[in-house]
Amino acid sequence: MDETLIFIFTIIGAGLRTGTPLLFATSGALINERAGVLNLGVEGMMLVGALGGFAISYATGNPWLGVAGGMLAGGILSILHGFVSISLRGDQVVSGLALVFMGRGITSVFGSRYVEIRDVPRLPTIELPFMKSIPVIGESILDPLFGSQNIVFYIGLLTVPAVWFLINRTRPGLYMRAVGDYPAAADSVGINVLGQRYLWVFVGGLFAGLAGASLSLAITPLWIEDLTAGQGWIAVGLVIFASWNPWRAALGAYIFGALRRMPLDLQAVAWLPFASNPILGVWLDMIPYLFTILALVISSREATRQRLGAPLALGQPYVRGERGL
Amino acid sequence: MTAEYAVQMRGITKRFPGVVANDNVSFEVKRGEIHALLGENGAGKSTLMNMLGGLYRPDQGEITINGEAVYFSSPRDAIKKGIGMVHQHFMLVPTQTVAENMVIGASTGFWLSPKKLYADIAAVSERYNLPIAPDAKIWQLSVGEQQRVEILKTLYLGAKILIMDEPTAVLTPQEVEKMFVTLREMTKNGHTIIFISHKLDEVLSIADRITVLQKGKVSANVAAKDVNKAELAKLMVGREVLFRIDKEAAKPKDDVLVLKNVSANNDRGLPALRSLSLNVRAGEIVGIAGVSGNGQHELAETLTGLRHVTDGVIEINNTGIQNQPPLAAIDQKVAHIPADRNGMGSAPTLSLSDNLIMKSYRAAPVRKGWRLLNAVARNTSEDLIKQYNVATPSIDVEARLLSGGNLQKLILAREISAEPTSIVAVTPTRGLDVGATEAVHQRLISERDRGAAVLLISEDLDELLSLSDRILVMYEGQIVGELPPDEDRIDEIGLLMAGGVQEAQA
Amino acid sequence: MIRFRLERRETTSRWLPIFTTIGAVLVALLMGAILLAYGGLNPMVAYGQMFKVGFAESYSVSDTLVKSTPLLLAGLGVSIAFRMRLWNIGAEGQLLMGAWAATGVALFILPETTPRFIMLAAMSIAGFAAGAFWGVIPGWLKAKMGVNEIISSLMLTYVATFFINYFVFGPWAVGGFPLTKKFPRNAWFPRLLDWADAIPFFRGMTAHIGFFYGVVAAILLYILFKHSKWGYELKVIGDNPEAARYAGMNISRTVILTMVISGGLAGLAGMSEVAGVVHRLQENFSPGYGFTAIIVAWLARLNPLAMIIVAYLFGGLLVGGDAIQPAGIPLMIQGMIMFCVISAELFTKYRIRIKRNAPLTEVSHG
Repeated sequence: MDETLIFIFTIIGAGLRTGTPLLFATSGALINERAGVLNLGVEGMMLVGALGGFAISYATGNPWLGVAGGMLAGGILSILHGFVSISLRGDQVVSGLALVFMGRGITSVFGSRYVEIRDVPRLPTIELPFMKSIPVIGESILDPLFGSQNIVFYIGLLTVPAVWFLINRTRPGLYMRAVGDYPAAADSVGINVLGQRYLWVFVGGLFAGLAGASLSLAITPLWIEDLTAGQGWIAVGLVIFASWNPWRAALGAYIFGALRRMPLDLQAVAWLPFASNPILGVWLDMIPYLFTILALVISSREATRQRLGAPLALGQPYVRGERGL
Repeated sequence: MTAEYAVQMRGITKRFPGVVANDNVSFEVKRGEIHALLGENGAGKSTLMNMLGGLYRPDQGEITINGEAVYFSSPRDAIKKGIGMVHQHFMLVPTQTVAENMVIGASTGFWLSPKKLYADIAAVSERYNLPIAPDAKIWQLSVGEQQRVEILKTLYLGAKILIMDEPTAVLTPQEVEKMFVTLREMTKNGHTIIFISHKLDEVLSIADRITVLQKGKVSANVAAKDVNKAELAKLMVGREVLFRIDKEAAKPKDDVLVLKNVSANNDRGLPALRSLSLNVRAGEIVGIAGVSGNGQHELAETLTGLRHVTDGVIEINNTGIQNQPPLAAIDQKVAHIPADRNGMGSAPTLSLSDNLIMKSYRAAPVRKGWRLLNAVARNTSEDLIKQYNVATPSIDVEARLLSGGNLQKLILAREISAEPTSIVAVTPTRGLDVGATEAVHQRLISERDRGAAVLLISEDLDELLSLSDRILVMYEGQIVGELPPDEDRIDEIGLLMAGGVQEAQA
Repeated sequence: MIRFRLERRETTSRWLPIFTTIGAVLVALLMGAILLAYGGLNPMVAYGQMFKVGFAESYSVSDTLVKSTPLLLAGLGVSIAFRMRLWNIGAEGQLLMGAWAATGVALFILPETTPRFIMLAAMSIAGFAAGAFWGVIPGWLKAKMGVNEIISSLMLTYVATFFINYFVFGPWAVGGFPLTKKFPRNAWFPRLLDWADAIPFFRGMTAHIGFFYGVVAAILLYILFKHSKWGYELKVIGDNPEAARYAGMNISRTVILTMVISGGLAGLAGMSEVAGVVHRLQENFSPGYGFTAIIVAWLARLNPLAMIIVAYLFGGLLVGGDAIQPAGIPLMIQGMIMFCVISAELFTKYRIRIKRNAPLTEVSHG
């Protein structure tokens, strides 16, 4: 019985870990969307974040410098999107797509020399041996969940309330929501709408970079081409599923982490067909992607029922005098 | 140091591509007075005030506040100098609370604690005797309450000079009276008020002095007690204005539009129409009066098939069209002049020609089998443009480039050229200048005389009184009264609009 | 003090978009060069090599036509959806499904002896249908439930990749390799080299009839966009769906129909790839044609005839890209081009005024 429990919670623990990069990416996308800018380029920003983090960690030997570099790489790419969508008033969908192409192209050109490297300095894993000694639930539940988790997992746990607090209880968050819902109102009291939007797009880019760097330096941890495998897109979908709420975003990210991780773990279970016939595993690999669609279906029904809305000015460039004023 | 003038704007010129919005305008407001800025739509009132509010910078000219020369590079600078602006379209974030909307322009520190905010706002609201719930979300408030929030917001930010842009447009006559009382009280407490309007009666009743703008220039600067309505109108428009529209008595025939116990929900899924019944006969104009947000919008949409009904029957020419696609209403020849000309009434980046065939493209002569005959479409469009006096260099121009008045003429051309049996017109003259307004009114009346059933939904009581043959008052999704279009009963209409019960049958 | 000001253009000349697009591509190539130089590569050598292989060698035309065929077909497909601002970015998945269905027909449904014409027609229909099916899923979800089609069409691309992998690794694999057996000759598209006996110039040229499919589709779409009721409805829905609904157009039906055609053309691209080039289904047979098609469509400003030229140029880019290392250079350049083109849109919509402020208001502004 204990063995089964341990197995189940080990899977869940691994799922939480796997979901952490997705959590960062989703939080970032949520932030720039709350400020009214749709950035579909999360996938591209994650990729440059992953490669940037990997390369800098490899060059300097310090994974934390790698994380900082990866975040900056994501941030720089996001500024390009900001320039096109905020200053040039270009189409945000197309600009986001362009970002994905650029991210994939750049990482494919500059990443080839890192593909074979296995000994990159990684982010530390935090061992909590005392988890085992907690009575009753310690050995079978807490230890497989928390006994040995990478530090990014804990950063992820802290991110969720921090993002919620930022959005709902601080002045910058108030500005973020105002420029995302009704920029003319923000403008009328002297808030720099375009400046705010640049800021939050950049923050979104930092988060996407962090998501990438945590993949290449903690979760995977190595560099291969297309390392993110669509997680950036899933993040964009999760923001909709989350109705722009950071708590729901975290929930979604962890569920998807678990679904992503599951095929690996289930192939180790002897009595399931996947162990003997690995080809069947591709059907499991589809699950996260199918589930993303399902999540969107569920949330779209909910949205039509309750009118849980996207930020009202999402995707619209702001031009003083052309709307409202 | 007390200067006599709160605001002095001298020699202000502001150009936009293709227009001079303000041409060497001088505008002075004494401290403690209510000063009306009068002018028709497009005369340059809002442009002038947006410069005073720091949103635009003048190309030429200077501004002094309390005798001190100022240069505003952002609304924040204007706020610092004690200028507050209550915009016509409220500058309130609908998803945020009253408190959040009020503190957004202030500097209350990094953390926002709801408890502290609510206490602060409650205190301000009490001080100015403008009651409001600080924790309510803006979208939950009525239009009147939202306006109160706007006023409170400017006061909270320390405004001494209040600019009010067309503040009465959305209120009932009684609410207007109440607001006037508030404004007078505020002047007693040392506030100065600039009141922007194009309505002569209310300007005469509230203002101490009046500055009239006409086509970007000042045409007069007078004390309110020295002028009368006709003089003001002439100063504003530049010619004599008829206050009444000449029309013959209606000769109504059979019912064309009939609603029986219709209920429908709004976009938020809340009931907007509650078992509403009405009928419009061929050859009459029925006006719907009501404060905006009482279901008028949803009424127009259910009639034109754009909104599902949860209950009831809609018959047009004796054919039930409820819960049918919009095409069913179009097939019954219902013309729809929507409130949102850009958002619904036109495709902004398509050509005028493409916009003009939007309802006729399904049938001959424009359509032939799977094909659309572009040459026929162009010829038809050329004719309509001429017939309806749409001012444009060509039919290939994008619709977004038309002025409000011309775009409305284009929509009228499309809708009316199909010889509709009924017309649903929603605030058809909002934002139009006097000339365009008259053109729209004439069209509606001539359509009535041709035998169309016209349902006119408007927030402008003057318009309803002068065009309608019957007036129905709408309140919370129901028709709460029917009156003749009689100037003397305007108070009664106002009471009904505010939810009062009709005392006697008309 | 000088400030820049954007003013909306009242009119746009016919040539302006073409000039700004060409300018944007040049800027993108320059940006790419800078990045390449930064990465330690000689951009002149890399570009020179790509141009030579893609456009200037004796086999270039044929090789480039081969690569441009799926780009043209899938590009036409996405452009239909884009016209109504329906973001079908899952063309890659639709292309994969089209290839899968065509393979199924060629290898497992029709006997090897089926006459060539019937075989190819059946494969074309199957490819179109499978692509259409894969496209109509996001279309239906969008029309009936408002599900974001960007995400759903892209997610289905990943699903399609796994789906294909199941077959090529599993039941359809031969000899333990991730590929099917070769198609019978009757399931091959005619190629130029088939006529090499008559015209020796064609010797070794692998360009196939798929490109002709693309040209015909482009012309048909051009006529439909310009002269049909459906083309008009597409235009109005794309510009303002609210106005389209107001005008009585059936948006759901148009969305679904559009996604059928859009996905179908992408499916046809996949079919043409297996029938014309690889002659079997294998893992990773498409280097992302469905994604590059998005850029092709956008660069051609959704104009079907312009797309023939743009697809050809991008075909050359891919052919040239195969000749140099590292392999990601074309991908990077594509991203840059897309970025610069979307930035250049501004110049077609707005006029940029340089403004010297009058002294009076110069005093303070940010």
